[in-house]
Amino acid sequence: MAKVIVVTSGKGGVGKTTSTAAIGAALAQSGDKVVVVDFDVGLRNLDLVMGAERRVVFDLINVIQGDAKLHQALIRDKRLENLSILPASQTRDKDALTSDGVAKVIAELREKFDWVLCDSPAGIERGPAMAMHHADIAIVVTNPEVSSVRDSDRIIGLLDSKTERAMRGERVEKHLLVTRYDPARAARGDMLKVEDVLEILSIPLLGIIPESQEVLKASNVGVPVTLNNPETAPARAYQDAVRRLRGETVPMVIPQERKTLVERLFGRRVA
Amino acid sequence: MAFVITPEPPLAAWLIALKAQMTRAPGFFDGRPVIVDFSQLSPGSEGVSTLLTDIEALGISVIDVENIGEIPGADPWKRPLVGGRPGAVVEIKPREVAKPEPPQPMPGLIVEDHVRSGQSVLFPKGDVTVLGSVSSGAEILAGGSIHIYGTLRGRALAGAQGFGRARIFCRKLEAELVSIDGFYQTAEDMSPDVRGTAAHIWLAAGRIMIAPQK
Ligand SMILES: Nc1ncnc2c1ncn2[C@@H]1O[C@H](COP(=O)(O)OP(=O)(O)O)[C@@H](O)[C@H]1O
Ligand SMILES: [Mg+2]
Repeated sequence: MAKVIVVTSGKGGVGKTTSTAAIGAALAQSGDKVVVVDFDVGLRNLDLVMGAERRVVFDLINVIQGDAKLHQALIRDKRLENLSILPASQTRDKDALTSDGVAKVIAELREKFDWVLCDSPAGIERGPAMAMHHADIAIVVTNPEVSSVRDSDRIIGLLDSKTERAMRGERVEKHLLVTRYDPARAARGDMLKVEDVLEILSIPLLGIIPESQEVLKASNVGVPVTLNNPETAPARAYQDAVRRLRGETVPMVIPQERKTLVERLFGRRVA
Repeated sequence: MAFVITPEPPLAAWLIALKAQMTRAPGFFDGRPVIVDFSQLSPGSEGVSTLLTDIEALGISVIDVENIGEIPGADPWKRPLVGGRPGAVVEIKPREVAKPEPPQPMPGLIVEDHVRSGQSVLFPKGDVTVLGSVSSGAEILAGGSIHIYGTLRGRALAGAQGFGRARIFCRKLEAELVSIDGFYQTAEDMSPDVRGTAAHIWLAAGRIMIAPQK
């Protein structure tokens, strides 16, 4: 049975698109058929992060409006043939996302793929509502700071009341992904602690992704961070999150500041 | 899900820091399996042979050890990882709002879940009881009293239709605003002594009174 996942947050710039690409690629690496769908109509990004921007012909809105067939709009990833992207339109208005149209596209994607990942736009209006509507699972992306946490809380309320599952009296399975976690700032107390975020949001923790230059490097070359350099800290954190998503028990490691030997020695001498 | 902790020498100081962390965030390790990573320690590190006992004495359940090498006293802990418990927080049951029945006895409204940011619960007829927390940016408005078994981070407005004897109770007070019969107090005006406590809030001679629950 195909699973539809929405990657959502309320707030912009927290790492939804980055996470959609990284998680989509990691799921595809184990052979499952995966599609990542950009719902950010007017501000599309996922094509860039996936390195598919030069191959976009048709998009989600074209499919919804019947101007193109689904298979014409799907772009196959150059590295993983079982990974596809359905881009958003950069020129249309998000009102073009009709409920019926989205429902039809999602139903068709469910037939073709094992995992359908929907990259939600920010906010709480039509775009995010459409992106979450058909979700079985929600990955709530949150940065450890108060405004992001409050917006995520708002989104959780919507997941529990406005989605197709909620309306049927069922639940969307919700997971918290803490991203852009900066161990140095956490140590200084400049960021919310993971346990505080967990206490406020009260949904299970899927993973903690550290703030890292590797994410920028990967997005600049248009490769999901999990494919670009699988050994880096953010890539590993995403891989662990994907294993937990598949139901495996993987120990949760809170990212620590890695001190060099010199720093350690120096630190001891002053102490 | 299990947590990994990585003790570092000097262990005495590390244990004190761990204890302080647990006082700051009680319940953080609560019932959650913990794996102790010995990679930063050597057999000679002071206190290493009693480390696991010391950690368990803090009420943490150690389910496994990593990078253990030849460290004395650790053998009994070299056991396989067995069924970790589910995530950090309890799964939430679907929201069920008890339908008020015809009067007599006066029905209250029970909200079984958290009230999330942006949601409001309005119940002019009587008391509201919330089993979860009320988030920042959420609001409860009751004709009668309000009982919150979780943390109140948002707004609670009791006695909203002119009932000055209404009260507000919450397990932990982090409210943005509390109000009874139209009299209100914002977070800014609340005494730091009552923030974070299990609080009891009432109205006396037109003033909002807040005290820790006895
Ligand atoms: N773990 C991270 N470390 C460093 N930068 C990150 C990380 N995650 C995201 N970013 C950066 O933050 C910005 C916003 O990320 P993006 O995924 O586009 O967020 P959203 O889709 O939620 O708006 C991008 O520039 C991205 O490269
Ligand atoms: Mg985005």
